[in-house]
Amino acid sequence: MYVELKGINKRFQDVPASREVSFGLRQGVLAALLGPSGSGKTTILRMIAGLEHPDSGDILIDGLRINEVEPSRRGIGFVFQNYALFRHMNVYDNIAFGLSVKKERPEAIRDKVGGLLELIGLAGLERRFPAQLSGGQKQRVAFARALAPDPRLLLLDEPFAAIDAKVRRELRSWLREMISRLGITSIFVTHDQDEAIEVADEILVTNLGRVEQKGSPLSLYKAPATPFVAKFIGESTLIDDVGALNGFEAAPPGATGAVRPEFIKIFTLSESVQYEGSAEDAVVERLAFRGDSLEVWLKCKGMTLPARYSLEKRPLAVGEPVKALIYRLYAFEDDRVRLFNNSRLGDHPLGYSYSI
Amino acid sequence: MNSGKYAMNAETSKWIPRILILISFLFILLMLVTPLTVIMTEAFRAGLKSYWRAVSDPYALKALQLTLLAATTAVVLNTAFGLTAAWAITRFSFKGKGLITTLIDIPFAVSPIIAGLIFILTFGRLSWLHPFLSAHDLKVVFAAPGIVIVTLFVTFPFVAREIIPVLEARGTDEEQAAALMGAGLFAIFRRITFPHIRWALLYSVILCAARAIGEFGAVSVVSGHLRGKTNTLPLHVEILYNEYQFNAAFAVSSLLAFAAIGILTARNIVEFTAKKEEEGHVR
Amino acid sequence: MSPHAKKNIIPGFGLSLGLTISFISLVVLIPMLTLVFQSSALGWSGFWKTVLDPRILASFRVSFLCSFIAALINGVFGLILAWVLARYRFPGRRLIDGLIELPFALPTAVAGISLTALYSDKGWIGEPLARLGLKVAYTPVGIIVALTFITLPFVVRTVQPVLEQLDHVYEEAGRMLGASPTLIFFRVILPEIKPALLTGFALAFARALGEYGSVVFIAGNMPFKTEIAPLMIMIKLEQFNYGEATAVALVMLGASFVIMFIINSIQARSAGFV
Repeated sequence: MYVELKGINKRFQDVPASREVSFGLRQGVLAALLGPSGSGKTTILRMIAGLEHPDSGDILIDGLRINEVEPSRRGIGFVFQNYALFRHMNVYDNIAFGLSVKKERPEAIRDKVGGLLELIGLAGLERRFPAQLSGGQKQRVAFARALAPDPRLLLLDEPFAAIDAKVRRELRSWLREMISRLGITSIFVTHDQDEAIEVADEILVTNLGRVEQKGSPLSLYKAPATPFVAKFIGESTLIDDVGALNGFEAAPPGATGAVRPEFIKIFTLSESVQYEGSAEDAVVERLAFRGDSLEVWLKCKGMTLPARYSLEKRPLAVGEPVKALIYRLYAFEDDRVRLFNNSRLGDHPLGYSYSI
Repeated sequence: MNSGKYAMNAETSKWIPRILILISFLFILLMLVTPLTVIMTEAFRAGLKSYWRAVSDPYALKALQLTLLAATTAVVLNTAFGLTAAWAITRFSFKGKGLITTLIDIPFAVSPIIAGLIFILTFGRLSWLHPFLSAHDLKVVFAAPGIVIVTLFVTFPFVAREIIPVLEARGTDEEQAAALMGAGLFAIFRRITFPHIRWALLYSVILCAARAIGEFGAVSVVSGHLRGKTNTLPLHVEILYNEYQFNAAFAVSSLLAFAAIGILTARNIVEFTAKKEEEGHVR
Repeated sequence: MSPHAKKNIIPGFGLSLGLTISFISLVVLIPMLTLVFQSSALGWSGFWKTVLDPRILASFRVSFLCSFIAALINGVFGLILAWVLARYRFPGRRLIDGLIELPFALPTAVAGISLTALYSDKGWIGEPLARLGLKVAYTPVGIIVALTFITLPFVVRTVQPVLEQLDHVYEEAGRMLGASPTLIFFRVILPEIKPALLTGFALAFARALGEYGSVVFIAGNMPFKTEIAPLMIMIKLEQFNYGEATAVALVMLGASFVIMFIINSIQARSAGFV
């Protein structure tokens, strides 16, 4: 493992920010620390950078413990949330700052900064000041500034938070491409699951100071390890008593669980003969057009379950009774998650696929 | 604030703050605390009895009266002016706003001595008003009205300058909403605007009062130094000092120093309460 | 003057603007115009004869030099104080913070006699200094002491809020890029607070130039040595020589307005960075 955290604990006054955080990342990987605000993701990033100190535990880069190493000697590039570009320095001086404090030769600095300006596509804007740049341009300058001293690890704190939604998508793929071209190991912090899923090779889901699960975006979606991950990744609705649903009698009695909209198929009363015993009686409570499908809220056994409905089929009406077939769901047992398939379907896979 | 927790170069990170804090303490001790201490020790050096004699002297009481009159007038009129000016400047857009703002600031840019000079020229012997004033036996310069006017001038910007940025920052949405619902000028001011500015207003009134009580240069020019008639407390201090009545001068000074401490305390309480309240609103 | 562009439904425009203009006219505009009008009576030759008088010139020199040094002293110590108050938490911090405005609250004449007592040959500080051969009271050094006292709050109170609001990420960014604490201060923090520091310095300088009450007691008022320009106005006035007093006042006013203009352009320029 190239970057490794072992048993990290950190408290701010009485508030635990990191609890027994341990994980490792291979060289060259682009990882996302994903979690709601206050889940401790930024603290982990700042501890790796050396801007905070863990109360206990070890941080290793390339096999060496760096807990006591000065932040500037760790070989880390850091992109701050609001970029923290020096306002009184122009683009060139901002990017050159890390090199000039290391007393590099002026020609070497010039070449390096010139190369970086080419890389980020801002050549010609080097005399501009941060106030004269757009959000996306500032982002790129902050990126180049962090890269200038040739770091072995790049850390980005909410890199897209300060950019408006339109530019954000564009910048995500730009950053993704830059990082894979440079091959630099990178970790970024985000609270936006779409962002993490789209950009990262690996996602670390944080909650209440813990890392709940680490894995590829797809594996987190398919096999959430904890109730929190099941709820946080993808869309899901909580169910009070899984065992009460048709076809899930095998679930532990009284267990709570979650179901995703794509796990539910809706049949009108005229077509639902085949799965009679395995489906639930439901009533359409509310409808919303989602561009490529209808989102349908079903009233079913006292719960409201969102599901999708194809636009190709006969339109539904609010108040219409339908059959809802739940293929599978997650049941929660203590802190673990078990996947259950509808037992009455037997070996009739219905041929749905995850739409990722 | 986590800035203090840097694992900076351990030695420097420990010593630099200590040295800087020490320098601050010494500088404040030397520049502010010792002068204040000297006033108190000198005031009571000759004993309580002579202290009492100095501060209960009829001339001192007369000076106190004039000081209070000038300060009260300045505070009342400048508050009225500050509120109306802030209302006009922040609630409406009109041509010449920049000029008005500059004119309000002028008394801050003018030396107190020059302020005094200006009013001597305006109301004195050479003035175009002089024939009118002397015909009606109105004495402005070298008399109490002059002192009041010049005090008004030197404290003129205090309230306006404090209120304008506060109202500017708040925007006009709330007032517009109130006006749409049919509220009149005074209802809007009293119920919408005033709650936002009351701390800033109190703060500026305190500063205005402090300056009005303590003004020396400007009143010194227009007073003509008629003892018992046109002396304020600071002028009375000067006269006592120049007559080598040092103990009496310091005794009267100590009254002003007590007032200054009271003003500072009030200022800090207002600032603290306002900050607390603001934090409360945010939450 | 009427409201233009957007429609405004807030009441009280005519009333508040009318009152404001009347107030300003009575208190500021008419008196200032009187000054301008009266000064024209003096004429160019009279003006130059007055302000080029050696004694007056000497007073300008004393005023500008002492004010500059006092503002400089407060530039250094004001910056330290602002830094300490904004960045460190220590016992006594609130006391120092609360005392900073003392020079604004204490009447200048009181400050003047107190500093004179303190720095005279028999004073607590003056005596030991005199034994070392440094006379403070009744010399330009005394003037500098008084002006430093009077203008102490300016730099602290302009720099402190800027430091308090300055985001720590700039320092962290500097650290991540390998800059030492000293380098971070000079290359990252100082440029950020430079406009505020210059503004505070200019305000202190302007206030010191016009200051009278605290200086006259400690200065000793010796012609050519420790007479300040405001005192020259006072002396001319006591001789009822209004013309010459006005001439000196015009020079001082000119200086004040130049400083005010500089402050405004500093602030306009620094606003462009944000």
